[in-house]
Formats: sequence, structure tokens, C-alpha cells
Amino acid sequence: MNRLLRSNEVLVAVTIVGLCLIVGISNPVFFTVGNIFDLMRSSIVMGIFAMGVLIVIVSGGIDVSFTAIAVFALYSTVRLLNAYAPEAPFWLAFVIAGAIGFGLGMINAFFIARFNLPTLIVTLGTMSMFHGFLLFAIGNTIVRDLPPSLTAFSRATLVQVQMERGVANLHPAIFFTAVIAVLVWLLMDFTMLGRGVYALGGARDAAERAGFNIRRIQYFIYGLVGLLSGFGGMIYGSLNRQANPQDIVGSELNVIAAVVLGGASLTGGRGTVIGSLLGVALVVIANNSLILIGVPSVWQRVVIGLIILVGTGVPAIQERRARRRTGGSASGPTQPLQAAPAAD
Amino acid sequence: MSDEIIRLTGIYKSFAGVRALIDVDLTIERSRIHCLVGENGCGKSTLIKIISGVYTRDAGRVVINGKEFDELHPITSIREGIQVIYQDFSLFPNLTVAENIALNEQLAEGRRLVNWREVRRIAQEALARIEVDIPLNARVEDVSVANKQLIAIAKALRQNAQLIIMDEPTSALTEREVRALFSVIRRLQQTGIAFLFVSHKLNEVLEISETIAVMRNGRIVSVGDRSEYDTERLTFEMTGQKIAERNYEFTPDVGAPALLRVEGLNAGAALRDVSLEVRAGEIVGVTGLLGSGRTELALALFGLLTVDSGDIYVENKPVRIRSVQDAIAHGIGYVPEDRLTEGLFLEQSIGRNVVVRTVERLRGALGFTDLQKMDAQVKEWVGSLRIKTGNPDLPAKTLSGGNQQRVVLAKWLASNPRILILNGPTVGVDVGSKNELHEMIKRLAGEGMGLLVISDDIPELLQTCNRILLLRHGRIVEEIMPPQTDANELAAKLVEG
Repeated sequence: MNRLLRSNEVLVAVTIVGLCLIVGISNPVFFTVGNIFDLMRSSIVMGIFAMGVLIVIVSGGIDVSFTAIAVFALYSTVRLLNAYAPEAPFWLAFVIAGAIGFGLGMINAFFIARFNLPTLIVTLGTMSMFHGFLLFAIGNTIVRDLPPSLTAFSRATLVQVQMERGVANLHPAIFFTAVIAVLVWLLMDFTMLGRGVYALGGARDAAERAGFNIRRIQYFIYGLVGLLSGFGGMIYGSLNRQANPQDIVGSELNVIAAVVLGGASLTGGRGTVIGSLLGVALVVIANNSLILIGVPSVWQRVVIGLIILVGTGVPAIQERRARRRTGGSASGPTQPLQAAPAAD
Repeated sequence: MSDEIIRLTGIYKSFAGVRALIDVDLTIERSRIHCLVGENGCGKSTLIKIISGVYTRDAGRVVINGKEFDELHPITSIREGIQVIYQDFSLFPNLTVAENIALNEQLAEGRRLVNWREVRRIAQEALARIEVDIPLNARVEDVSVANKQLIAIAKALRQNAQLIIMDEPTSALTEREVRALFSVIRRLQQTGIAFLFVSHKLNEVLEISETIAVMRNGRIVSVGDRSEYDTERLTFEMTGQKIAERNYEFTPDVGAPALLRVEGLNAGAALRDVSLEVRAGEIVGVTGLLGSGRTELALALFGLLTVDSGDIYVENKPVRIRSVQDAIAHGIGYVPEDRLTEGLFLEQSIGRNVVVRTVERLRGALGFTDLQKMDAQVKEWVGSLRIKTGNPDLPAKTLSGGNQQRVVLAKWLASNPRILILNGPTVGVDVGSKNELHEMIKRLAGEGMGLLVISDDIPELLQTCNRILLLRHGRIVEEIMPPQTDANELAAKLVEG
């Protein structure tokens, strides 16, 4: 579809392979099934969040409240089930968490679509609001006893491999992430609604003139992000076998960084599912593996920051160079009006 | 079916008590190229929006394709085959050419899923119809402005356009691209499609149109066949006054050294062995096709383009210009062509834009800006350049094109340059403001400034410059004296080679 984006995805993929080789050669533990399963497990929740973030960023907005929505949905669902239906099946937990997330997402959508407020301001506000309300009104203590069905779910395995010491398990929730990724891909690339999200992010006025219902698209986007955040939060709690109201919040920038690393443009209109998943993989590998090659954990944040800076900076500079070569430029001193190559 | 697509009679429209349209009659016929001309703010845009159903009229009748519409909604207007191509083309820069062409159509059909094969087919057909070839998979942000325009036309045609209204279609195109656009339009006209051009480029209006309607202060003041008009009459109808431009005459002061002298300037392939001189009181025109190096010359003199070799002298003193700061220090000012992206801080106030270059000089006690002094300076410039604003505290984006250009000028004049380079000083400016800007340029030269005017607006060059340098492939190939040439000859020289 577009070479730039492709090359960006290839760049991320190459970086991943490179990082894997460096880590794997200096510490063979990296390539063990156990470690790989660990990495996949760590990608489950981030992958789901990234799908939501991708849609928002493509639409030209940004959502920093999704972590607050996730923990809100997780914690209140667990408290709710423990209080009223401790024997409920695990899928009910997901339905409830999804519904709570969707509801909170619609609050975002309401402010954004109804009053046309900047998305960053709205979601910064709602992030504090949701999290504060959770701590104040619903609870601020860690719940360690999940309903039995969720505990059972946390122990579920998709693949089990016998290791030297113990067993390595792959959790079936990875399916969840995969299915969501496929659905988001189909949505974004093959439905008019998805194309509307791209159109909105590319040129809002033009989208309006073309006949897209911008408000409806925005309600859809932020509602969907809320829903996905609810699911993500619930999975996070199940995998950790606890509901901690202080968890998740604070990781939003990591997810946004992963999506941007994967080629999504913060100015909107650009981004792919594959790219975002690669971005998540890169961030997760960097997060979990630097310790394996002896990078002290305090330095990991620095290294990840560096990867983000280089990973998003290099394609941006390349693009600017490419534009300058063809004579057009969006910013430089040459005239945009003369973007066409000289014909004389 | 009659030959009329639209008949408007007695249209009135007011906004908050301000009358934008007064008793407007307009008829648009099939297979005909119509032009609507008028200065900024005369009501052209309002009229288009009435036709496209964006605004509701206060009074008057609208008949489209023989049917009378009491209320006209945008969707009705589109269904009746009226398509408006706005200046921004309403395209999506992040999507491919194919998708841009097909998207509206698929949306209008109420589709929920995208059939990519269908998208390609639609785009192919649409481009084939206007006989142009643009890569379907290119992203729109990567194609030229001219191609964006053609994509917008192709898109309009796919929606069964009977009438295509184009708002300032040529303002961002080069001479050659304008030709190409005109030939596409003439071809489509043969197939029965009508065009309504909204423009203030008089020579183009006279070239393409068959029927001309002139608007002034909300009224249509004159309608008629193309043959009834020439530039002079159009200017008169648009402004309501006779504007006679006199040529600029310059008598050199033989004793004084040249303000600016350039010898053997080379910069890659853009500039080759360029030498020139500008004396005090001179207005030197620089013209050439795009890619001829005309903008690069300005950038080189202003320190924005690195030169490989060559010498620059200011009043006989050799100088080095490696940065904008150097250029300013030597008294060189530059007013860029694209005032919107390069010349102005659109969100900032008019006043701040005026003083931005000289804010250092407004420093008062303790190093803070002396606000009273600043206000006084702003007031002075707003007055002397006749910038039409109620309040210099309003953001610069609230001004019309001509007035914005004046603010950019004021910004540079405030720093008292001795040499001023103007790149396309009147691009996108209407005819009345254009004349005022020309007069201002002449006045500045009369006061002893040396000006370099880069332009491909031939009448402008002939009327304001005492000498014109023709650039081709980075070289100055000819020096032309306006009294010894005319517009046709100059135009021919411009495109030849």
C-alpha cells in the first residue's frame, strides 16, 4: 500500500531480530521455550491495549485514559462478583468488565464528540477522574481472592512443555489477543467504518464533506477502546490472580510508544495492526530481556526510551529527506507550491 | 430537458445583519464554462455555498434541472449533479489515489464493506475518463498539487457531476499545469459538463471562460459573454473604480555603488554562474519556470541555501551570507511566497507578527519588552500599510489574503532593510489589493530601497519592474526591459526552452 509504512514495519522487524540475536547469543536462556512463552504472556494484555490505542491514533486522537478504564473495569468487576456472584463463570467476568469499559469509553466519547474537545485534554481529565473515583468510591485495597472461575482461568494452558525444572505454559488468552487483532485488522482495512477512521485522521473536514458521520465514528472509537480496555484489564487481573487498583495505570505511555514505534503517526491517518503488534513485541522483548544480558533494571527504561527515540526518529528523518529529494516539502524553505518535479 | 442546469433568481442572504448576497441572479448552462469573479469578501463563496446547499438562502428562487427547490440540502445538490471542488480539494493525504477517488461513491452507496478490487476499477475508469495517468497506489500527499486537482475532478465525475464548481482552481498551479487543467476542462465540456470557475486571476478567467459574472459587495454587477470583457473592464467591474497602473520608471544614480551585486553564484544544479546587480531605487524582476532557480536565488541571497561558489557584495563590500541572521545584518529582507506557512504566525496577533523581527529593539528597562513602544510601532505600520483590521490584537489568520501579505511586508519593513526580496508578492491576492501592493513596492523603491521581485505573473512584472531577469535551468539567459516588450512576448520567452 505504501512503501514508507512497509519499510517502517520491516525496520521494526529487523530491530526485533537483531535484539533477539544479541540477547540470545549472550544468554542462551532467551531462546528457551519457557522464555518465549513468558514473552508471549507479557504481550497478551499490551497487545489488546495496543489495538485500541492504534484505532484512536489513526483517527488523529490520543487516549491516555485506557489504563484507568482497564483497572476500573477489572477491580469493580472482581468486587462485584465477589460480593454478589462468586460462583459466576469466567466469561461473565469478561462481559461485565467489557460493559464497564465500554461505558467509561462512552464518557470519553461524549466529551470528545459532543463538545469537540481535544482528545488529550479529555482523556487526561477522565484518566484522573476514573482512577480517583475507583480509589475513593470502590476501593483501594488489593483483592487477592478472585472468584474461583477466574483462578481456574488463570491456570489454563494452551500448550504445556516439560522443562528441566518444572513446566512451561502458554496461556490460552493469547488467542484472545490474536482474535482481537484479526478483528481490528478486518475492521480497519475492509469496512467503511474503518476507512472512516483513517479518513477522519487524514483530513477531518474532507471526511465530513464526504458524508462520514464524524460523531458516530468518534463514539464508536472511544466506546471500542473502552471495551478493549475492559477486556485487557480483566485478563491482566486473571493472569496475575489479583485485582490491584494501583496496577496498569502508568503503563499507558509504553503502549502508545509501542504503537508509534510500529509506524502509527501521532498526527493521525497512519498506522497498521501488524506494525502495532511488532511495536508491542519490540517493547516487550526489550522490557523482559535486557535483564538477561545484564542490563541493570534501572537502565532498562533508558534503553527503552532510546529505542523509541531512534525507532520513531529515523523513519521521520528518512521521510523528510525523501521529500526534499523529490523537491516537495511540507516544512523546509522550498515552496510547497512547487512540489511537482520540474517539467522544463 | 432545457440547457439550463441552474437558475437562481433574486437570492438574498445575510449573516447577523450583514448582507452577503443582494438580489443575485445567475444562470448556468450545460456544456459551458462560466466564471465568477470578484474581490475577496464580495460574496462569491457565499453564493457557491447557496448553490451547494451548505447555506440556506433568505429569499429567492433556485431551479435546478428544471425542478424548483424550496429548500436545498447538500445531499440534494450533489444528487442533482453539482460538485464543488474546494481549494483544499477535500482529499485525504494519507490514503491512496484510488481510494480517494472511490471513497465518496462507496460511501454514498451506503456500503459497509470495502471491495478493494472495485475501488481500483472505479479509480481506473475515472482517470481514464479525463485521460490522465496517476499511479493508483501513490498516496495523495505524495502527488503534485496539479494531480490533486485532477484527482478531485475525477472524483467529482464519478458522482455524476453535471456542474463542477472550482474555487480558485489555479492559485497553486504553475503555468504549464494550468494549461493541462484547461485542456482537461475543455474536453469534459465537450461531453456536456458545465463548469463554474471562481477566480480572481483575470488573464486566466479571460482565457478559459465563455460567460463571465462579476460580483461586487454582494451583488452581481455585470454578466455577459467573454467577448465583452477585457482586463481593464473586469478590473473596473470588480473594484468599481478605474485602476490604471503606470509603469515604473527608474533613473539610475550613476555615482552610487550598486546596493547588491552578485557575481558567479553557483549552487548545485539550481544556480549556475548567476551574476546580477540591484541599485538603490531599482525594482528588478526575476522570472522563470518552476525549477528555473528563481526561488533558489532568493534563498541563496537570504542565507537559506548553501552556495558552492560566488561572491556577494553589499554596497561594494564583499559579504558572506551563511544564515538568515547574516542576511538581516547586511540589510537584506525576504518576503516568502507562501505567506501562510513561511511568513506569518497565523495564531498570533497581527501586532505581534508586525514586530517579531524587531522585538529586540523594543527592549525597555530590565530587558522586558516595552509594550507601549510596541503598540506605537504596530499602530504606525497598520496605518501606513493600510492593513484593514478592526483590532491588531486579533490573530493574523482573521485577515484576508491581501492584508496578510501586508502584515508580512510590515514585518520586514519594520527592520528597515535596504534590499528587499519579494517572492510572488501577490500570489492569491485579489486585484484591488494587488494594485495597492504594487504601489507600495514602487513607493519603497522611490525611497531608495532596492527590490528583487520574483514572480511569474507577467503583467505584474511589466508594471512594477524596471528590469526583468529571465532564468532558465539556473542561468540568467536574458535581461528584458519592460518598455521594449509586451505580455505576449514575455510569456513566450518564459515557456520556451
